[in-house]
Amino acid sequence: MSEDDEDQSPPSDLRSQPPPCSPNKSRNCISSSSSSQTFPDHVLENVLENVLQFLDSRCDRNAASLVCKLWWKVEALTRSEVFIGNCYALSPARLTQRFKRVRSLLLKGKPRFADFNLMPPDWGANFAPWVSTMAKAYPWLEKVDLKRMFVTDDDLALLAESFPGFKELVLVCCEGFGTSGIAVVANKCRKLKVLDLIESEVTDDEVDWISCFPEDVTSLESLAFDCVEAPINFKALEGLVARSPLLRKLRLNRFVSLEEVHRLLLGAPQLTSLGTGSFSQTHQSEQEPDYAAAFRACKSVVCLSGFRELMPEYLPAILPVCANLTSLNFSYANISPDMFKPIIHNCHKLQVFWALDSICDEGLQAVAATCKELRELRIFPFDPREDSEGPVSELGLQAISEGCRKLESVLYFCQRMTNAALVAISQNCPELTVFRLCIMGRHRPDHVTGKAMDEGFGAIVKNCKKLTRLAVSGLLTDQAFRYMGEYGKLIRTLSVAFAGDSDMALRHVLEGCPKLQKLEIRDSPFGDVALRSGMHRYYNMRFVWMSACSLSMGCCKDVARAMPNLVVEVIGSDDDDENREYVETLYMYRSLDGPRKDAPQFVTIL
Amino acid sequence: MAYEKVNEINLKDTELRLGLPGTEQVKEEQEVSCVRSNKRQYQSDNEEASTPPTKTQIVGWPPVRSYRKNNNSVSYVKVSMDGAPYLRKIDLKTYKNYPELLKELENMFKFTIGEYSEREGYKGSEVVPTYEDKDGDWMLVGDVPWDMFSSSCKRLRIMKGSDALALDSAL
Repeated sequence: MSEDDEDQSPPSDLRSQPPPCSPNKSRNCISSSSSSQTFPDHVLENVLENVLQFLDSRCDRNAASLVCKLWWKVEALTRSEVFIGNCYALSPARLTQRFKRVRSLLLKGKPRFADFNLMPPDWGANFAPWVSTMAKAYPWLEKVDLKRMFVTDDDLALLAESFPGFKELVLVCCEGFGTSGIAVVANKCRKLKVLDLIESEVTDDEVDWISCFPEDVTSLESLAFDCVEAPINFKALEGLVARSPLLRKLRLNRFVSLEEVHRLLLGAPQLTSLGTGSFSQTHQSEQEPDYAAAFRACKSVVCLSGFRELMPEYLPAILPVCANLTSLNFSYANISPDMFKPIIHNCHKLQVFWALDSICDEGLQAVAATCKELRELRIFPFDPREDSEGPVSELGLQAISEGCRKLESVLYFCQRMTNAALVAISQNCPELTVFRLCIMGRHRPDHVTGKAMDEGFGAIVKNCKKLTRLAVSGLLTDQAFRYMGEYGKLIRTLSVAFAGDSDMALRHVLEGCPKLQKLEIRDSPFGDVALRSGMHRYYNMRFVWMSACSLSMGCCKDVARAMPNLVVEVIGSDDDDENREYVETLYMYRSLDGPRKDAPQFVTIL
Repeated sequence: MAYEKVNEINLKDTELRLGLPGTEQVKEEQEVSCVRSNKRQYQSDNEEASTPPTKTQIVGWPPVRSYRKNNNSVSYVKVSMDGAPYLRKIDLKTYKNYPELLKELENMFKFTIGEYSEREGYKGSEVVPTYEDKDGDWMLVGDVPWDMFSSSCKRLRIMKGSDALALDSAL
C-alpha cells in the first residue's frame, strides 16, 4: 500500500557542496589535493570509509558530508542508496559524478496534484535520461524505486539489460509502460527479488508476462501487480509461485478469481502479505471450495488487501487470519457495516486500516472498539462527489480517536465535520504525525455550529506536537493559517484547497513554518504579496505548487529573476490567450543544474 | 480544463440511458466543464471571494485518484436459479427498487414473475425470488424495505416448481 508515504528526512542529498578546508582544523582534515599525502591521511580515509559505510540514514549522511572535504569525499564513496525527491532538482550526470558506488536509487517525479488531473499529461519526469546515465555508471545497480515517473518499455528493457545483478523494481504511481516492458524485466533480471507495481498505469500489450519469468527456481520475494488491468495466465502464475520458495508478498489483480486464489494459497502457505484479486466466484459448483480452510493454512499472513469485485458472502473466509492481521486494506470493497463488524471484531492486532466509507460511522466505532494498536487509518469515499451523501462524519473520527490512542496517520474523506471532533482527536492522539482531512463539500463549515473550521485545525497543529504532514479542508479563514504558522513548527508537507481569505494566510505559513518542504495549494485567494513573502524559504523547500490562485505573471518573473537556482514553471491552459498576465498554475522548485530541457510546450519556464 | 488522456474513451458519455436526470451517479470523468472561479477572483480584485462557485463539477475534486473511481468497487451477490447451469452475479447498488431488480432478473433468466403482494407473495408465478440475508435466513424478495434488503442480502436464489410454492405459502 502506498499513497504518499511520508519520507523522513530533509530534501536533496546533493545540495551540499564540499565545505572549504579551514586551516585551523587539525591535520586530520587536510584536503586530499594537498601535495603531501601522508600516511595518516590514507589510514584515516580507510577508517572513515569503514565507519561511514554503516551509516544508513540519509539525514546522518548529509550531515556527515558537511564536516569537511575529506568526509564529503568518503561519504560520497560509501553512499549506496540515494534518494532524489525531485528528479528535476539535478541532472543524472551530477548524481554519477558525486556518488560512485550507488546500488539503490529512489527517484520521485511529478508533483502530487498531477494525480488529480490538474496538469496536462506529458509534463515530463522521464526516467529515460536516468536509466541511460546509470547504465554506464552503475553496472552493479540493484534497486530502483520510482514514484510518479514516466517510464517507457524501452527504459525497462535498458534497465533489464544493463544491470545483471538487479534485484528490486518498485514502480509507484508511474505510467508510460506496458506488460511488454514488464515481460522483459521478468525475463532478463535473473536475480529479481522484488517486482512491485503499485497504483501504476500499465497498458495491456497482450503479452503473457507471467510466463516470461525464468523456468528454474526464482529468487522472488515480492510480486505485486494488482494495478495491472489485464488478464494473466493463471497456470503460469501457479507454476511461478510453486518455484518461488522465498515468495512472501503476492498482490494479485482483479482477473484472478476466488477459486484461483484458493489454489494459490494451498500452494503457498508461507505468504505474509496477500492481495486477493477479485473476491468473487465465477462458476457455480456443487462442491464449493473451502476458502476458510485455505486461509486457515496461511498462518503467516499479516497483511491483506484486494477484495475487488467483492461478493460479501465470502468475506467470512478470511476470519481465520484476522487475529494475526497487522494491515488490512478494504478500500476497493463496498462493505456495509453489517458485513464488516463480524470481521473487524477479530482484528486485535491491526495497525494499518484502509477502507471505504461504506462501513459508515458504525463500522468505525467497531474499529475503535477492537483495534487498540491502530497506527494508520485511511477512509476513502465510495461516492467521491461534492454533494454525495457521506456515510461517515465526525462521529466516526471521534470514536476512532477515543479508541485508538496510538494513532499516527489519518486520511479521512467525509461530508460533515465539527471543530469539537478535531479538538478531541488532537487531545486523544498525541502521536499524530500525519493528519489529512478532506471535507468533500467545498467551504463547508462546522455542521453543528456553522462556524469555520479554524479552531479545529488550530487544535490539531497546537496539540499534535509531532505533526509533519497536514491537509486541510472545509471553510477556513486566515485565522486557521495563523494557527499553522504559530504552532506548525515541524510541518513539512502542507496541502491547501479552497481555503483562506487573503494573502496573509499564506504569509503566516511561509513565515511561521521553518520546516516546510512541500507546499501544494489550489483554488485559494493567495496572490503576489504572499508569494513574495516566502522568498527567504524557497531555496530550502522541495517545491511549491499553486494553481487557480491569484498570481500574476509579473510577480512570478520577479521571483524567477531574484532566485536564479529556482526553476519557476508556469503551466498554462488553452484559453489563456486573452489574459497573459494570469498564472493558472505555478510549480517551482530549486535546481542545481538549471531549468530542464525537456519541458513541453504548455510549460513556460520563467 | 480537465486534462484527461486523449486516448481514453469515456464510454459513459456515449452510453444511451433511460432515466430521470440526476438519478445516475455522475462520475468525475464527465467533468469537461471546468469552473473558472479563479479567473473571476483574479480579474476583479475587489470582488469578495466568499461566495462559492456554482455547483458544477470541479476538476480534481475531491482529490481521489482516478483509478479509485474507475474501479469503483461493486458489491456483487450471486444469483442462482434452480435448473440453470450457470450462476450470475449482480451489483445490487445499480438498482433503486424492487421492480428494477425483478425486471433485470426476468431478463437474465428468461422467466416471468407474477406480482408481489404482501399477503400472497408471488402468487400465480412459476418462480419465486428468494434471498439469504446476513443472518443466514432465507427470505422472500420484497418482504422488507428496499434499503434494508440491499444492505443485508448475501445471495439470491430463484426457486422453481414445488419448492417455490411450498416456500411461498410458508412465508
